[in-house]
Amino acid sequence: MERSRRDILKLFGISALALSTGPVLDAFAAEEAEHGAAAEPYVKMGDKALKAQQWAMVVDTRKFKSEEDFTPLIDACHKIHNVPSLPIKRQEIKWIWTAPYHNAFPMSPMKFVNEKLEHTPLLVLCNHCENPPCVRACPTNATFKNPDNGIVMMDFHRCIGCRFCMAACPFGARSFNFRDPRPFINPAEQNKQFPTRTKGVVEKCSFCAERLAVGQLPACVEASDGKLVFGDLYDPESKVRELIKTNYTIRRKQALGTEPSVYYIV
Amino acid sequence: MGNKKLVYLGIAIFLVIVTLPFWFNRGKAAPAPELVLTAKAKEAKECVRSKEYMAKDHMRVLDKWRHAVVRNAERIYVNPQGKEYAMSLSNTCLDCHSNKAEFCDRCHNYASVRPYCWDCHIDNPKETK
Repeated sequence: MERSRRDILKLFGISALALSTGPVLDAFAAEEAEHGAAAEPYVKMGDKALKAQQWAMVVDTRKFKSEEDFTPLIDACHKIHNVPSLPIKRQEIKWIWTAPYHNAFPMSPMKFVNEKLEHTPLLVLCNHCENPPCVRACPTNATFKNPDNGIVMMDFHRCIGCRFCMAACPFGARSFNFRDPRPFINPAEQNKQFPTRTKGVVEKCSFCAERLAVGQLPACVEASDGKLVFGDLYDPESKVRELIKTNYTIRRKQALGTEPSVYYIV
Repeated sequence: MGNKKLVYLGIAIFLVIVTLPFWFNRGKAAPAPELVLTAKAKEAKECVRSKEYMAKDHMRVLDKWRHAVVRNAERIYVNPQGKEYAMSLSNTCLDCHSNKAEFCDRCHNYASVRPYCWDCHIDNPKETK
């Protein structure tokens, strides 16, 4: 049989194509089989997780009589979150602490106030503002407002320690780790379920996001024996709304427009 | 060009010195690290994903977990087999793999990577409460 040069070249071309595409097709087929065998993994919220549009807290200042009423709440929080106790005041780390009325409410128009208010400290913490200035200041998005529950969270992995958020927060709710906090956490009281922080990150109250995720209320609320009430600000049936409806409440530095989510009954 | 011999000798000495590390370490390739599983890890048999996948991609898994937990408040991971896990380095990973020195460190040292997970996440053993 007579074969032209052209036919032989065509045959070579087709054979080369077949040889080179074979392995590629095999690889695709193998991948498909792998995917078909097992379902894709996915993530979800826990079944017991508490949900809200905007978590909020009501602090009933009438129920706080003296320093002893505050310490269990502060200790409960600081213990489970591995908050170190640093001896130098300006390096202090705090998630929840007390402040005198004049400092907590410096814009209060009253010249003279009720004696009890004047002399009992107030419990203060991150206000989880609805319009948080710290979030706007953060250059790395390390601090952000969770759109699902309104918590102003910190992603410590992303924090570069610039402290813009500390400058932006009008409530002084943020603390900077000037040094490694580990040596200042009592090893006996360390909570191994919760990470510590590292040198060079900013930290603050997280409304116990890790506890809400498993259906527990924040540690301070649990330890407060009803002095603090926690709930959804946008649920008209919630306990916080009930208290706000039936009592006169104030918020810190309201005029700044950050819309704090912590309400004080005075 | 009278010192041709010296030039060649110089080149030879240079080559020997440059390749010295290779001669020095010849046949002494560092053996792949041997990982020790804790009793708990052995009992569980399977990690959240297959062993091969975890060896290759555990850092990616952790990165995704971090994002889901911190950013989206989604804390449960459902693996391809349909089993649920709490996405927590401190409480899920390090609960089984509570032998950092014999498990995590061996590979990380071998590959010469220095992750700083443990600067914050407390390495176990958790039993010593």
